[in-house]
Amino acid sequence: MSDTQKQVLLEVKGLTMDFGGLRAVDSIDLTVSAGEIAALIGPNGAGKTTFFNCVTGIYTPTGGDVLLHPQGKPTRRVNGKKPNVITTLGMARTFQNIRLFSDMTVLENVMIGRHCRTNTGLVGAILRGAAARREEQETVEFGYHLLEQVGLAEFANEYSKNLPYGAMRRLEIARAMATEPFLLLLDEPAAGMNPQETDELDALICRIRDEGKIAILLIEHDMKLVMNISDNIHVMEYGKKIATGTPQEIKDNPKVIEAYLGEEADA
Amino acid sequence: MKNLKQSLAVALWFIFLTFPLMVVKVNTSDQVVQWRWMNILWVGVTFFVLSFIWRYALVRKEARQMAALSGQDEHEKPTKFQELLEDQSLRYRLMLGLLAFALVFPWVFDTYQSTIMVSALIYVVLGLGLNITVGLAGLLDLGYVAFFAVGAYAYALLNHHFGLGFWTCLPLGAALGGIFGVILGFPILRLRGDYLAIVTLGFGMIVKVVLENWSEFSFGPSGIANIDRPSLFGLDMDIAASTTYIYYIMIALVILTIIVTGRLKNSRIGRAWIALREDEIACVAMGIDMAKTKMSAYALGACWAGMVGVVFAAKTTFINPASFTFMESAIILSIVVLGGMGSILGVILGAMILILMPEYLRAFSEYRMIIFGAAMVVMMIFRPQGIISNIRQKYEFKGLKEKSENV
Repeated sequence: MSDTQKQVLLEVKGLTMDFGGLRAVDSIDLTVSAGEIAALIGPNGAGKTTFFNCVTGIYTPTGGDVLLHPQGKPTRRVNGKKPNVITTLGMARTFQNIRLFSDMTVLENVMIGRHCRTNTGLVGAILRGAAARREEQETVEFGYHLLEQVGLAEFANEYSKNLPYGAMRRLEIARAMATEPFLLLLDEPAAGMNPQETDELDALICRIRDEGKIAILLIEHDMKLVMNISDNIHVMEYGKKIATGTPQEIKDNPKVIEAYLGEEADA
Repeated sequence: MKNLKQSLAVALWFIFLTFPLMVVKVNTSDQVVQWRWMNILWVGVTFFVLSFIWRYALVRKEARQMAALSGQDEHEKPTKFQELLEDQSLRYRLMLGLLAFALVFPWVFDTYQSTIMVSALIYVVLGLGLNITVGLAGLLDLGYVAFFAVGAYAYALLNHHFGLGFWTCLPLGAALGGIFGVILGFPILRLRGDYLAIVTLGFGMIVKVVLENWSEFSFGPSGIANIDRPSLFGLDMDIAASTTYIYYIMIALVILTIIVTGRLKNSRIGRAWIALREDEIACVAMGIDMAKTKMSAYALGACWAGMVGVVFAAKTTFINPASFTFMESAIILSIVVLGGMGSILGVILGAMILILMPEYLRAFSEYRMIIFGAAMVVMMIFRPQGIISNIRQKYEFKGLKEKSENV
């Protein structure tokens, strides 16, 4: 990445989340800039997914600010906003435990992602006028092209519950992409994938960044993937951020080695 | 040998269970107890045989499941019947045939048959309406009959006090049903699953209790009589002609319901409902407004109940709160579950079976509830997805793609 100042898309300041007496996320600062692939790593239970849930509105954070800076639009503070509002603003996510709509077809899953970018209402759906039909067709086409991009076009009319595991993960990404985000949050996209699938995912994520002009923030345990594709890595432990830097800096950081990579050295 | 023992045990168990019913009979006039020992034999033999059939069906079902699991590629192969259903031209011919049959029905059969058919059609619309809430959006509603009552009382009261006619009240009933749907929808936006079911159950009870006790408003348990039948340009009609007329109104309403729900099902809104049913969190994370989606599902479901409520009041010309008990809600829900959640054809079949069977099997009316219960248990074990499971629309792309490339 060039050193020129990139526009910041997501700015998190002092984000804190308490569950009763438990502080799951403790004043985290984090920024993601345009064209960046950022990674959030840390041992299990470090609060990474909770951080995602706070940022995307599933939880309402108990403290701090989450600011979205969409390009060409005014900054929005989104803590406490509903998840659908945040998605509509342009930040989409996938889930660690796959949450597809299993009784819908693969294509319909992607079409759901188009919901917030289309606007046929009840009356339009019932009368099925020209505008509604055109929009429906556009949705189908858009969804189909996305499926082609992630290599799932042949499964378009298959029920999503019948997909193999790796394909489900890719479908989740396609579904999130359908909302036309400027920032994509991926929660362990490579979990349960074999090395070959992980390599494909690696290429897919880079393609999304380069072709789709979408910045990416991902949680991942697969260090090879993280070190390969990330521009910046943020490390969390016990709810606190302990390091930020390029992959090389993180590899050399003694605190990180102790907290995270060190565990692997022991094993 | 093991099977024999099991079946024997089952037979004995059922002999024990049905003993008070089948064997002991108290003759109240002579004050003696009759012991009908022969019945033991019948019960025993029947259940002995049935348990064998039962076991055979279970084994077959498991075999099918295993086959589906092992053969990765052929999971849930559609049955012959479902393939037939997807054949468009056959479907149109079938629909035309059904429509022709429905249109000549009142001329072929007598008024009694038409009356039964009208009530079955009312339940078809109720089932299709509830299908939106329960089948598509996955919001379990145990108080659906409340909206039916709202429609019926709307017509009865407006007719009684202001002399409003059937055709004015039909859209009014639908609108009122929808409004009540929204009223119910607001407090339960945050609830799901069991809690939702309990609240809707309560709502159904409240409406009935209000109708029973607020006598100044609803005339209490004695109900409202002499409700006008639907008019046709001020023509005077005898009961037979009027029944035929209502029959045709219901046919038209059923067709309207089928078209509307069918279109909704495969639209942007319908997809949002199904997504809500499948996974609420993923649904909102994909940018769908949960409050709006839930509300529209409730309001639209309730709308149909309000509308046919008006027809119901006009058909019976007399309504009282006794027509709107929890039992009715349960029957409508059974129609949806038995027919197949989300499937339009399934719900229609379900309504026909559940409403017409008891009418034509009056001879066995004592055993109606037993048959009903047994049918439900058998269905849920062997075909939990209902008579006809919901098939999602398949989309064709090749044509579309070429089109988009040409543009």
